[in-house]
Amino acid sequence: MQLVLERRAERSTKIAILSPLIAIVLTLVTMAILFAILGKNPIAALNVYFVEPLTDSYSLMEIAVKATPLVMIAIGLSFCYLANVWNIGAEGQFIMGAVCGSWLAVVTNGTGAGPWVLPAMLVMGALGGALWAMIPALCKVKFGANEILTSLMLVYVADLIMDYLVRGPWRDPKGMNFPTTATFDPVANVPVLIEGSRLHAGAIVALIVVMLATVMLGRTIKGFEIRVVGAAPKAARFAGFSSDRLVLFTFAVSGALAGLAGIIEVAGPVGVLQPGISPGYGFTAIIVAFLGRLNPVGILIAGLFLALTFIGGEGAQISMKIPLDLTKVFQGILLFYVLACDSLILYRIRLISPFRKAADGTA
Amino acid sequence: MLNPASAHGSSAETPLLQAIGITKRYGTFLANDSIDIELYAGEIHALLGENGAGKSTLVKMMYGLIQPSAGELRWMNRKVVLAGPSEARALGIGMVFQHFSLFDNLTVAENVALGLDGKESFAAMSARLAQVSNDYGLPLDPKRDVWRLSVGERQRIEIVRALMQNPKLLILDEPTAVLTPQEADQLFIVLERLRSEGRGLLYISHKLEEVKRLCGTATILRGGKKISTCNPRAETAASLARMMVGADIGEVKAKTARATTVPRLVIKDLSLAPDDPHGTYLHTISLEVKGGEILGIAGVAGNGQDEFFAALSGERLSGAEGNVVIDGEAAGLMSVTQRRRLGAAFVPEERLGHGTAPRMKLSENALLTGHAASGMVNHGFIDRPATLETVDKTTKTFDVRKAKRDPEAVSLSGGNLQKFIVGREILREPGVLVVSQPTWGVDAGAAAVIRQALLDLSGRGTAVLVISQDLDELAEIADRIAVMFHGRLSEPLVAASATREKLGLLMGGSSVSQPEPTVEVSHAVGA
Repeated sequence: MQLVLERRAERSTKIAILSPLIAIVLTLVTMAILFAILGKNPIAALNVYFVEPLTDSYSLMEIAVKATPLVMIAIGLSFCYLANVWNIGAEGQFIMGAVCGSWLAVVTNGTGAGPWVLPAMLVMGALGGALWAMIPALCKVKFGANEILTSLMLVYVADLIMDYLVRGPWRDPKGMNFPTTATFDPVANVPVLIEGSRLHAGAIVALIVVMLATVMLGRTIKGFEIRVVGAAPKAARFAGFSSDRLVLFTFAVSGALAGLAGIIEVAGPVGVLQPGISPGYGFTAIIVAFLGRLNPVGILIAGLFLALTFIGGEGAQISMKIPLDLTKVFQGILLFYVLACDSLILYRIRLISPFRKAADGTA
Repeated sequence: MLNPASAHGSSAETPLLQAIGITKRYGTFLANDSIDIELYAGEIHALLGENGAGKSTLVKMMYGLIQPSAGELRWMNRKVVLAGPSEARALGIGMVFQHFSLFDNLTVAENVALGLDGKESFAAMSARLAQVSNDYGLPLDPKRDVWRLSVGERQRIEIVRALMQNPKLLILDEPTAVLTPQEADQLFIVLERLRSEGRGLLYISHKLEEVKRLCGTATILRGGKKISTCNPRAETAASLARMMVGADIGEVKAKTARATTVPRLVIKDLSLAPDDPHGTYLHTISLEVKGGEILGIAGVAGNGQDEFFAALSGERLSGAEGNVVIDGEAAGLMSVTQRRRLGAAFVPEERLGHGTAPRMKLSENALLTGHAASGMVNHGFIDRPATLETVDKTTKTFDVRKAKRDPEAVSLSGGNLQKFIVGREILREPGVLVVSQPTWGVDAGAAAVIRQALLDLSGRGTAVLVISQDLDELAEIADRIAVMFHGRLSEPLVAASATREKLGLLMGGSSVSQPEPTVEVSHAVGA
């Protein structure tokens, strides 16, 4: 018997919706095997990972807190990926957004500045992320540099810039030499939605972003332009859409959204600028974007699901001594299966019997 | 109607290759439905049919590229199963494809070596290549790079490559589609010689005059079924066409009034470097198309037509704004969108991927060109009802057949998609229409609809520029015809005086390189 991939005549919408679900099931099966190999009860481990966080309100709110940056970043990335622009550096844009916004928080610290500080920080965060994203975008447009490499490498540059700032010029003088800025003033904090929890107004911003993206992709000529450039570049040029302009546009939007997510994270749940503000949101958002079918509502759901794995991973570490790195393994396996299952949208798997070969031999 | 054996004239002989009840099924679609055909040595057998009739499927099975779902092939009375082309070649079956499989950056000899299974040394092979090409009057320099060769020369490589395996049966897939009339004549001499050597030839075509001239037997396919095997010389072109199409094709009605107005599309001293290293330079092209006129651009593919189209549409910009003037506005530096706003419309050659985004719906593909100037966009928002209305109007006016109201472009047949693309532009009532290969690979019914639409449009005062390789098409609709060769454009000839011979010489570059009598004719007409 032989397995072959056969091209479908029409793309299968059924599979397009089912594909992420199949991928999740396959990932869960793989994870169960991994747990068994580690000597843990697979059922109990999966329960801690995926069910327990859904049972108490604190965990549910934490899921929303983690999903907020994931969804915002992934929406921006989906614009890029729909247009066949490969921005892999959202993590760096997230960090630079956090850095630029934090600058205002640092210089106004203790000066009694008014409530204008937070909005200005958000604007600066978005601008910082967008400008950082312009570097790979311009390199691609002007010199044809591969944006996958340049955007990824700039993540490490951004990380080191932040490191330098919080260890050097921006370090909190009263911080006992810890690499961190001073705690932000209340005017530089994102307000909390429910007293006593960490759920903050950024979650609402994320929902607004989802709605705006839905309208833009489905209803506007700009969204159409993004989809055509990605799906049929030559037809897009014939339509009069410039792919260079679109590279700049999608990088700017995704950089701005990642930067906004960065400053919201710092001004919200974290409260200071310090190393390790992101547990890899910018990279996990790539998985969120694909798991969500590059569709804003899908991304919202996928973002909540991957946030669940962060919370569940922490729970599993505490109660079952399962290493936190397994969360990253989980996310990697998930992306792998999503991409693999996606090929079933355009192709079907067929079994070919060896009968014809045999007939050939006798002829 | 006729028994194939009697059409052939020697019933005692066994056929070289015999197909019995050959069927090919793709899912529920029958590409070939129980086809019988017998090919004899010393005979040129035509395989006739429209696009999608199943000709390519049938010969691909004969060459081992795909496997039949049912039925059998017999080679000299022995049942064979062809697992791949190498097995077909081993039996003595050769094939020349319509789309060449050549590497542009390699030499002729290297390309031929890649296609041979033999173990002879490269030097011996090169010598034999030169020998075979000389013997058959198909001169080729083994050391030349393929990208320097003309389309006709490239086809020679494919033919010589097939001949070097000394085939008993040679299959040719639409070999004259890319040739000038003179090149085609030369090819016919070679084919006749191969026949007289006792080889069998299967000649795929939809050009009826050619088949009547060359072939002793013809098998006609329609919708995957065999309609008839007959002697084409005993048939008229009309009766063959009726068998191919299954109905009489409506004659295209010429414009009643041929009143031309002012020049609406003016091209002046247009030069353009290609954007890929094997492309064609455009050399100081100047041309005027008047309102109410259809001007045809003839020429063998690859002589700069693609670059010319891109320069007119604005997908590529030439150096100066005066190079292209649309309705009196210098548009040489304008984008595609700006040119559309001036009232120009464009139909590219490639339907899927250029004229449409294949995986997008028709309404979205209406928006593709309609967003510029057709009121489909309001303050950046898409007016969806307006895009759907365009689809419905195009469907109704141009008889586009599709499974549902708004399917993906890729799901339409070639002819229906082309009617949609041409219709989409014509419904805008453009002042200038530039259309490339309007009926390439389109069934006869759709081709008639499209040509009629172009004639009607020009009758309403539009300047229409048609780039086409099909001389019959240009003769049918064009008022004047110019020829593109090596990126230069000849003076236009008035269609009535543009005979196949004159056009053929221009297509071969005669008037450009050496001053032949044709130049005088073209000057006389142009003056």
